Amino acid sequence: MTRLLAFNAIVVALAVTTLGAIFGPIAVRKGRRDWLMYLYAAVYTNFALVTLSTLALIYGLVSHDFSISYVAQVGSRATPTFYTIISLWGALEGSIVFWAWVLAMYAAAVVWFNRKREGNLVPYAAVTLLVVALFFHILLVGPANPFLPVFPVPFDGPGPNPLLQNHILMGVHPPLLYLGYVGLTVPFAFAVGAMLSGEVADDGWIKVTRRWTITAWGFLTAAIIAGMWWSYEVLGWGGYWAWDPVENASFIPWLTCTAYLHSVMVQERRGMLKLWNLNLMVGTFVLTILGTFLTRSGIISSVHAFTQGTIGYYFLAFIGIVLVATLFLVAGNSDKLASDGRLDAPLSRETAFLLNNLFFTVFMFTVLIGTLFPLVAEAVRGVKVSVGEPFFNKMTLPMMVALIFLMGVGPALPWKKAAGPELKGKLLPGAILGVLFAAAALVAGARGAYSVLAFLFAGFALGVNVREFVVGANARVRAHGESWLVALSRLVSGNRRRYGGYTAHIGVVLVTLGVAASSTFKQEQEATLKPGESITVAGHTLRFKAAWGREEQQRQVIGATMEWMDGERVRATIEPRMNYYPTQDAPVPTPEVKSTLRGDIYLNLMAFKQDGSNVTVKVIWEPLVPWIWMGGLVLCLGALIGVLPGRKRTADAPVVVRAPALAEAQP
Amino acid sequence: MTTKKTKWGALAAVGVLVIAFGWLIYGGLDSNVVYFLTPKELLAKGAQGYDKPMRLGGQVKPGSVVWDEQKLDLRFAVTDGTGEILVHSKGAPPQMFKDGQGVVVEGRYGHDGVFKSTSVMVKHSNEYKAPAKGERPSEMYKSLMESPAR
Repeated sequence: MTRLLAFNAIVVALAVTTLGAIFGPIAVRKGRRDWLMYLYAAVYTNFALVTLSTLALIYGLVSHDFSISYVAQVGSRATPTFYTIISLWGALEGSIVFWAWVLAMYAAAVVWFNRKREGNLVPYAAVTLLVVALFFHILLVGPANPFLPVFPVPFDGPGPNPLLQNHILMGVHPPLLYLGYVGLTVPFAFAVGAMLSGEVADDGWIKVTRRWTITAWGFLTAAIIAGMWWSYEVLGWGGYWAWDPVENASFIPWLTCTAYLHSVMVQERRGMLKLWNLNLMVGTFVLTILGTFLTRSGIISSVHAFTQGTIGYYFLAFIGIVLVATLFLVAGNSDKLASDGRLDAPLSRETAFLLNNLFFTVFMFTVLIGTLFPLVAEAVRGVKVSVGEPFFNKMTLPMMVALIFLMGVGPALPWKKAAGPELKGKLLPGAILGVLFAAAALVAGARGAYSVLAFLFAGFALGVNVREFVVGANARVRAHGESWLVALSRLVSGNRRRYGGYTAHIGVVLVTLGVAASSTFKQEQEATLKPGESITVAGHTLRFKAAWGREEQQRQVIGATMEWMDGERVRATIEPRMNYYPTQDAPVPTPEVKSTLRGDIYLNLMAFKQDGSNVTVKVIWEPLVPWIWMGGLVLCLGALIGVLPGRKRTADAPVVVRAPALAEAQP
Repeated sequence: MTTKKTKWGALAAVGVLVIAFGWLIYGGLDSNVVYFLTPKELLAKGAQGYDKPMRLGGQVKPGSVVWDEQKLDLRFAVTDGTGEILVHSKGAPPQMFKDGQGVVVEGRYGHDGVFKSTSVMVKHSNEYKAPAKGERPSEMYKSLMESPAR
């Protein structure tokens, strides 16, 4: 029953999206705006149907209905309910259902909010969204069908992949990633809509999708950080980023999307880069589909690659269609995309944004080439190779450092042309802070050039961006006699995108400090210890107390109790474990991390004697790693500030908000 | 006229940038690609095989494992049936490491004929296979719980 309901809902959704995608353009061509309600109805109906199907599948999982192939594949009666529900995205087919649902939700929401807009932009964007939804429905009735019948119905199933049910973050990272990845379909659909309707010359598509793009970007950022956190907390190697193809797949579209968030400002302010922005958004979407292809087709083996099968060809065909179609659309509109403005001076905010885009683009291509190279090498030369951290670190560190530097320079530069003396004042606090940070790093023992530069520029960017808040709020305090906090909040709500952006910059600084410190000053050691023995790493002493075992609902656990000593006092107890799942022959190492503001003690149980007489543990001192997660939160806060509706401007408000900027521009 | 000139100038600049970028990427890949080899393939490389980052894949040769848990010193041989390479690694082997197990070791092959490994990974197939007696999680768990040394 559940199975038929869920499957038929997708079949009907397939029909509805097909009809909508054919009917929409006809309605627009005939100029029948009264017919558009049927197009939009298709979008809403699709949402209702996919919601129904998704809920049915979740019900099937929770009720252990093993007559559904997906439930038989990932379900098990022993799995706790939380992990049963989130196994919706624990394997290929379910993750495509979830994808289709998120897409249907975005489509319904964006159409609902913009249904009354004049012109043909929204109808064509709705058609584009339906076409993308159609592709995922085809996957669901074809190569990724989760609703196949199973006969005879098994009594129990194997349960989800142990790695995916070992940590609560599995309930956080995938949904965030989908919300980010799929959300980028919205600006893409409006970019295509703008090209189809010929409305590319004005910034309509950018303005309509501004909040949606920032929302998707915020989710994608959060997803990447949460993925790093998951890798750090679960995989036991003590790192958070390995340039694994799967990590790269989420990072590559983030790079182009971040470039876009900056370059649209050049278009809105100066009427430049129109063609570039269209291409950037189309490229970002194609890169999300490419990323899905890499992670879901089984072409790369990892925890994310679920299966091998024909689904890869569907993705490649879809990417090909999107590329060809958008190429024609861009070419057909190229005469309308001339720049209105031009670069006035080399020292201006426009230049900073251009360089920002140059670096982000080169960064993207570097990561993309490094990720795809092993596939190409194996296909062309038949050799098995991997491109590891040394390549990515060597190639991307210069660009990262340059981007962090730009993050400090950009906000200090005015549009059009900068004047020397005022620039000095804006850069000075940052420069002082940067030198302090770099000096601290040198004293602590950093010797690598990139490491010292990272601290220098992180301090610089922090100083410049924080100064913007301080100076702006001070000006309001002087002009209105407001208290400082009120002034700050009014300053931010008066120009949310600007201050949301600066907030995000501060988040990037925190992430940079965490990454730079942990990769420069990390210390690790392994030791085999008898009860009572201890090991000291970077001045932190850990004593092994005892090994123990315990039975849990779905697994058996062997652990070691370690005490983090402060002299004779026990500062904290840390229990790294190994989890044994009945369906898996290898245990899942489960490290435990104790965080402080200065850094983490990271413990992983490597081996133990069967009789409990000794254990081998790895101890890692990870300086400033929690700052990465805090930086992630600040980045999301920045996105949130950018998305929330701005304060209604009263008659005098624009003058008030602009006051400090004007005062600085004309000294 | 000037716009035409700037256009060509811009195009030339882009061309130079693309070439420079391609050259950098090529250089980066050339010196940092990690090859995946079996012992036979590595031995066939002769002097070409020394001191390059690579991944060596094969089985742990039965009876070759020497593990000093106090010094955390691990020595074993990787074989593919025809060739075999001695591997030296620091640190505890992964849980499933045992005779005959498929492994991938990452590191460099030294001139002394020993492969210096920085990481040892066990290759386990995703297909479920019943663990042998004594390796069953429940038994390992039981033996730990009942042991007098606790």
